[in-house]
Amino acid sequence: MSATTAYIGKSVKRVEDKRFITGKGKYTDDIILPGMVHGTFVRSPHANANIKKIDITKAKAMPGVVAIFTGAHVAAVNGVPCGWQVNFKNGATMKEPKHPLLVADRTKHVGDPVAFIIANTREQAKDAIEAVKVDYEKKGCVTNPAEAVKPGAPLVHDDVPNNICFDWELGNPKAEVDEAISKSAHVTTLDFVNQRLVPNAIEPRSYIGSYDETSDKYTLYTSTQNPHLIRLLMCAFVLGIPEHKVRVVGPDVGGGFGSKIFHYTEEALVTWCSKQIGKPIKWTSERAESFLMDAHGRDHVTKAEMGFDKEGKIMALRVKTFANLGAYLSTFSTCVPTYLHGTLLQGLYTTPKINVDVTGVFTHTNAVDAYRGAGRPEATYILERLLDLGALEMGMDPAELRFKNFIPPFDGVKQPGYQTQVALQYDSGNYEGVLKKGLEIFGYKDFRKQQKEAAKSGKLLGVGFSTYIEACGIAPSAVVGSLGARAGLYEVGQVRVQPTGKVSVFTGSHSHGQGHETTFAQVVADKLGIPMEDVDIIHGDSDTVAFGMGTYGSRSIAVGGSAIVKSIDKIVEKGKKIAAHKLEASEKDIEFADGKFTIKGTNKSLSFGEVALTAYVPHVYPKDLEPGLDFSSFYDPANFTYPFGCHIAMVEIDKETGKVTLKRFVAVDDVGTVINPMIVEGQIHGGVAQGVGQALLEGVEYDEDGQIANGSYMDYCMPRADDMPMFETGSQVTPCPHNPLGVKGAGEAGCIGSTPAVVNAVIDALWSSGKKVKDIRMPLTPERVWNAMN
Amino acid sequence: MNVKIKVKVNGVEYSHEVEPRLLLAHYLRDTLRLTGTHIGCDTSGCGACTIHVNGKAVKSCTLLAVQADGCDVLTIEGLSANGTLHPLQEGFHQEHGLQCGFCTPGMIMTAADLLKNNPNPNEEEIRHALEGNLCRCTGYHNIVKSIQYAAEKM
Amino acid sequence: MIPSSFSYQKVNSVEEAIKALSADSKLLAGGHSLIPTMKLRLNTPGKLVDIGAIASLRGIKESGSEIIIGAGTTHQEIASSKIVLSKLPMFAQGAASIGDVQVRNKGTIGGSLAHADPAADWAAIVLAADATIAVQGSKGSRKIKATDFFKGMFTTALNEGEIITAVHVPVSAGSKSVYLKFPQPASRFAIVGCAVMKTTDDNINIAFTGVSQCAFRDKAAEKVLAGKKLDASSIEAAAKVTVEGITILSDHYASEKYRKHLAKVYLKRALIAVA
Repeated sequence: MSATTAYIGKSVKRVEDKRFITGKGKYTDDIILPGMVHGTFVRSPHANANIKKIDITKAKAMPGVVAIFTGAHVAAVNGVPCGWQVNFKNGATMKEPKHPLLVADRTKHVGDPVAFIIANTREQAKDAIEAVKVDYEKKGCVTNPAEAVKPGAPLVHDDVPNNICFDWELGNPKAEVDEAISKSAHVTTLDFVNQRLVPNAIEPRSYIGSYDETSDKYTLYTSTQNPHLIRLLMCAFVLGIPEHKVRVVGPDVGGGFGSKIFHYTEEALVTWCSKQIGKPIKWTSERAESFLMDAHGRDHVTKAEMGFDKEGKIMALRVKTFANLGAYLSTFSTCVPTYLHGTLLQGLYTTPKINVDVTGVFTHTNAVDAYRGAGRPEATYILERLLDLGALEMGMDPAELRFKNFIPPFDGVKQPGYQTQVALQYDSGNYEGVLKKGLEIFGYKDFRKQQKEAAKSGKLLGVGFSTYIEACGIAPSAVVGSLGARAGLYEVGQVRVQPTGKVSVFTGSHSHGQGHETTFAQVVADKLGIPMEDVDIIHGDSDTVAFGMGTYGSRSIAVGGSAIVKSIDKIVEKGKKIAAHKLEASEKDIEFADGKFTIKGTNKSLSFGEVALTAYVPHVYPKDLEPGLDFSSFYDPANFTYPFGCHIAMVEIDKETGKVTLKRFVAVDDVGTVINPMIVEGQIHGGVAQGVGQALLEGVEYDEDGQIANGSYMDYCMPRADDMPMFETGSQVTPCPHNPLGVKGAGEAGCIGSTPAVVNAVIDALWSSGKKVKDIRMPLTPERVWNAMN
Repeated sequence: MNVKIKVKVNGVEYSHEVEPRLLLAHYLRDTLRLTGTHIGCDTSGCGACTIHVNGKAVKSCTLLAVQADGCDVLTIEGLSANGTLHPLQEGFHQEHGLQCGFCTPGMIMTAADLLKNNPNPNEEEIRHALEGNLCRCTGYHNIVKSIQYAAEKM
Repeated sequence: MIPSSFSYQKVNSVEEAIKALSADSKLLAGGHSLIPTMKLRLNTPGKLVDIGAIASLRGIKESGSEIIIGAGTTHQEIASSKIVLSKLPMFAQGAASIGDVQVRNKGTIGGSLAHADPAADWAAIVLAADATIAVQGSKGSRKIKATDFFKGMFTTALNEGEIITAVHVPVSAGSKSVYLKFPQPASRFAIVGCAVMKTTDDNINIAFTGVSQCAFRDKAAEKVLAGKKLDASSIEAAAKVTVEGITILSDHYASEKYRKHLAKVYLKRALIAVA
């Protein structure tokens, strides 16, 4: 295998940029198919209402209206499925009510689709909405998960008692944890809400369904993170169409952050309806619809307690969470608050006793599912808030408290992986290393002086820490299967060497900002010893790419990249056979390096291109070997990967208004081997901004009628350029011991680590001024901070 | 009643009969098929649809096509001349100022307006100038650097 | 989001515009207050009369002891006007704080005043400046004092068919003014916008936007300061009475109590700035 690293580790500029900076990117809404018509939805204005009557006669007669479908039309079609089964503690299966493409009888959240209007133009489709008359009988609703489980709360589904989808527990027996907590010298307690967020990819979801009668084949263009998964779910579970009759294309996609993983009702509907009307149908979400319908993130109501001994060693952790699932189960909704949350509560610490109890709850709200980090930010928030608050309460230094509790360094090769109390085995880590580096970059020694000096001139400064871990590279299929996943989570990578030695790579991963076309090409070019220009990365089309599970959970390079490496290994192995035959040497004497197959110890060699040509023009060729040089591989990871890092935030609070300004943000992330530092840093920056957004700016506010009070960019505070400082990043590399590239994944790190660091900094600032506040509800708006100070 | 408009877009004269309610962003995208101008929201908030009308950055989702009658419009597709990237396009590439690329055309067009009026902006001025443009991918860090790169170059 | 259908007429003079207006029509200037509401179909006019091309509505000029800002002048033009920057800094500050550069490049002062959003910046500024708003209708022209102009949420003293043509701002030598705003971070509209103009050592005008149903002059605070030197104690005294007894807005972002507190903080800051 080649030892060349001409590209790996270098900040190669992105090859995909050119089309985007010149306006030539092709997103779903940019596509116009011949004869295409447009869809709009009539959506429920009520969170919980019986539909007494729908009258579409007037709307059907409107100019340009082609067809209108209602719940009655799709009654025989299945609903969209949930991809992960979580069982009750007593073993009973979770409650899984149907999520219909259109509701016929009762709406369960504001925005629930009641009718789908198809018209010749977007304008005509829009005009017909008001002409659909729906007679609703409005009922009471509940939006808070802790309230929804109380007796007498309005039910979302009549057959789901107390709105409980499942209850779930992980870790040490509760009695043992209770005992350890009761024996602790100090217990730090937090009751808080990890608020609901809207992912807000800037490209709204967009779908085009098209049916070709001659081939009996459907095509779905979709702004998705995983075209094959959408095809699988839509064909096998919803529409009952054979998969070979469906092509799913995810063209350029304008950001996902989790929200474009899931199979949405609108995808199935445009596909199904395109056959009914015999025309391609486009639906593009308006931003207002995105706020209502794109699966939201977080929304946990949690009580967490951490017991310390008198030296500050953590003795136990007890967590009770009510997780809001929304009205229907989205694709991965059930695993987020359980297996992606409870399993991370070991953090970086040697905590000997941990118990986490999660109740998954239906409410009259939009579905909640994975949003950048997915469960791991919630777990990190619990731990890191408790650590900083515990330090304040015990009068200890928050950095020192962490050093006292870190799991010692281990590389996963010489030292074994670390077995947690909550089911995972960490692969490799050097946790004290990232904190040391973070403290150095931040200049922590001087900070406390600076804080005191600032106080003298009336300024309120604070510092907050977060040392996080995440489980990425999702995921070993057998493990997740045993935990309820209804799919495998491997990845597929096909490497097709063309006769001239140029290489086309087909990956089941999907890039929607991550830069796969660059990073993956760097890996392939290095491994084959050829220029990057000779490598093309192809993704996003189920007719071109054999199969795939897509991009989420920071899995692309760790799982998708590994699948490609597996195929490269097969190519090199076959290349050696071809070269040996041509060079009249023994196969075991051939080595491959720098793009050449060489007889060991000689200068007799064949270039990669010559071997490729031979494979396709097999005139002088091994007798029993097939021609061609094209391999596909499935890679199923041996374990999750465990990136980790240290985030340090510094804030200043305006004492008069409570407004928090983020002055500095230091992020030291260890994501294993780094293929392209520029891209990794970019991922960290973006993640940090989203995490800071949660801490200071963002959050869905439901009113008592279940309406989102801030469902637009005029109300929902997205982070902007002037909310952010320049980020100070550092890195450490602890390679992953169980995948061929040593990579761990970087997509979510920034979002997981940053939120508690910012909140901790605000709390630190308040304590420094004598206000011993335990918690301020996120987002930390000026008013909430001001209230905490006064 | 449709209205006849004449618009010069990226140096090319166009004449169309349009419905008065047709938004300029839809005119550019659907009628002229210049799909580099994106639509990311309904409330003039995200800035993805930013173009220049008569030399000034505006949000094409909050303008009617009829309002552009007689105007000179520049979109992202018209920014580079003769195959040479505009310094801002080059800056975004060099400094990794984009990820998914959806907000990028609007960001670049807003930045072009800034650099026209303030050729040497400091970091704060750059951040302030971007208050009408949302990016969910980059955390803005590299966008600021991209604009600094272009300012240096211009 | 697409507006419902309407007909469209572009006009070249105010007189033509007045003729073109009918019961279900709306004026279109920059469109940055109107078009967003039409896209949401909160506004469904049958006809738009586009006054964007009327040259006489545009521009800033000095005439005697006043500065006249044409109603069709954009926020950006005001923010970058040399006359405004030197003689009416509060107007430049206010203009520069509206929306974002794209909005400022298109939105106009006349459009904003006519729309009368309770959190719009211009309202507080024209009030504090003791400006008058020139309007023209089929029955002729008249001038409305800013203090008589704002009648409530989205409600003004404009009669049906009247068009704002200009804003007349008196300027006195040695006057000092400032506009400070605590913006809603998403919309950048004012949670509290405080405009203060010190015309003479004896007189200070104070106006707020974002605080109540519509922008208003705070006479109580002005009275406390009348004839007094601006110092720590007079500023504190003014802050104590300001926005008292006024119906204060409350929303999910800022409660009544907090808005009231912010108004006091911002008045203090504004007074310090002009002291």
